[in-house]
Amino acid sequence: MKVDLTVNGKNITADIEDRMLLVHFLRDVADLTATNVGCDTTSCGACTVLLDGESVKSCTVLAGQAGGHEITTLEGLAANGEMHPVQRAFHTEHGLQCGFCTPGMVMAIVSLLKENPHPTEEQVRTGLEGNLCRCTGYHNIVRAALAAADAEKVTS
Amino acid sequence: MIPSSFSYQRAGSVEEALSLVSEHGDDAKFLAGGHSLLPLMKLRLAAPEVLIDLGGLHDLSYVNDEGPYVAIGALTRHHDVEHSDVLARQVPLLAYAAGLVGDPQIRHRGTIGGSVVHADPASDLPAVLLALDATLVARGTDGTREIPIGEFFQGLFETVLEPDELLTEIRVPKPASGAWSFQKFTQRAIDWAIVGCAVQDGHVALVNMGGTPLRAAATEAALAGGASPADAAAHAAEGTSAADDIRATKAYREHLARVLVSRALTEASSRS
Repeated sequence: MKVDLTVNGKNITADIEDRMLLVHFLRDVADLTATNVGCDTTSCGACTVLLDGESVKSCTVLAGQAGGHEITTLEGLAANGEMHPVQRAFHTEHGLQCGFCTPGMVMAIVSLLKENPHPTEEQVRTGLEGNLCRCTGYHNIVRAALAAADAEKVTS
Repeated sequence: MIPSSFSYQRAGSVEEALSLVSEHGDDAKFLAGGHSLLPLMKLRLAAPEVLIDLGGLHDLSYVNDEGPYVAIGALTRHHDVEHSDVLARQVPLLAYAAGLVGDPQIRHRGTIGGSVVHADPASDLPAVLLALDATLVARGTDGTREIPIGEFFQGLFETVLEPDELLTEIRVPKPASGAWSFQKFTQRAIDWAIVGCAVQDGHVALVNMGGTPLRAAATEAALAGGASPADAAAHAAEGTSAADDIRATKAYREHLARVLVSRALTEASSRS
C-alpha cells in the first residue's frame, strides 16, 4: 500500500506492506532510529512518539493508520540546534542511565506537559505509568519532568 | 512481532465500512484504536485477512447530552471520555473509570466502542456500562437496532453483534444519584484488573469474575432487601465463575470480589 504521512515536519510517501507497524516505518523507512522497540507489547513505552501532538506507542499503531497524520519523534524536538526544554531537563537532572527508555520518556513527558503544564509530582508519576525504566532511574526522570515544567518554555 | 499479512482498507464513512465488511464477510475485522486487536494480531492469535480502519470516521467521536441519557459515539477515545465535561457532570463513574484504562498512550488511541465489542471480561468499561444499564446502538446493512447491554455479552470475546454490524453509539441513562464507585485491583500499574467492581446506585457489576462482565445479582438482591454494604458484599462471588490462572486463583478472585464490592458500596453510599 502507499502511505503518506508527515514525520518531524517532513512529508514522506512510501510503498509499504499493509502490516507494517509505525515503529518499523520510523526506524527502517524514515531512518529515524531514536525510537526504540522495547517490549513490543504496548507495555514499556520505549517506542512512544507523538501522533498529532499526543503520545502513542508506535509498536501498536500501523503505519497505515498514521497516514495523513503528523508524527513527531525525538529527532524532531530540537529546534535550530537548541535542545527542547524536556531534553535539556534530562541533561541537567541526569534523567537517564542506560538511555534505552529515554526517547520514549521524553516524548511521553512532552505530551504530558502539553495536557497539564504544571503537574504535581504525583501527576508526573501517574502520567508516566506507561513508560518503564529497567535501570529503575525514575527519581531523576520525574525531577527532569518537573524541572521542564518549571522552565515554562515547553512549546511543542 | 509482526502480524500475518492482511489487506488494509480505510473506511471514509459508516456506509463504506458496512459495504466493505459485507463484501469481505468473516475474513474482515473492523479496526478502531487497535489497542486490543493489534496486540492479538502480533501474537497471531487473530489473523483477519482484511482490516477495515474506522479511524477516519470522526463523526462517531462525540459525547452529547440528550436529556434523559448521554450519547457517546463508539469511536470516542478513552482520553476524551475521561476529560468530557458532560460525563464529569452527568456520569462521573464512566469518566473516572475511563481515566484508569491502561496508560496515557493507550487512552490516546483506545476507544469506548472498541473496548465494548472486544468483550474482554477483564476490561473495565464493559462492566462499568453494565452497572450503568447502557444501551448499545448497532448499524448493519439492514438498518439500526438497539441492544440492552445486559443482552450484549455472550461469552469470552463474544457478543450478539453480527459480523456485518457496527457499533455506532452507546447511550448511558443519567443515574438517579451520585452513589457511584469504581474499584480496580491490579498487580502492576497498567495491568488489566485481577478483579474490578463498578457500583451505580443499587447496581453492582464485576470485572474479570467470569467469561463476561457480570452483575452481582445476589449482592443487588441483598441491597434491595435492606442489607448493609458489608452484609450485601458477602454475596459478591455468588453466581460468578472466576478463572484460575497465572495471576490469581479462583478463590483469591472470589475473596477480592467480596472486598472490592464492600469498598465500592461503602464509597458509593458516602457519595449519595
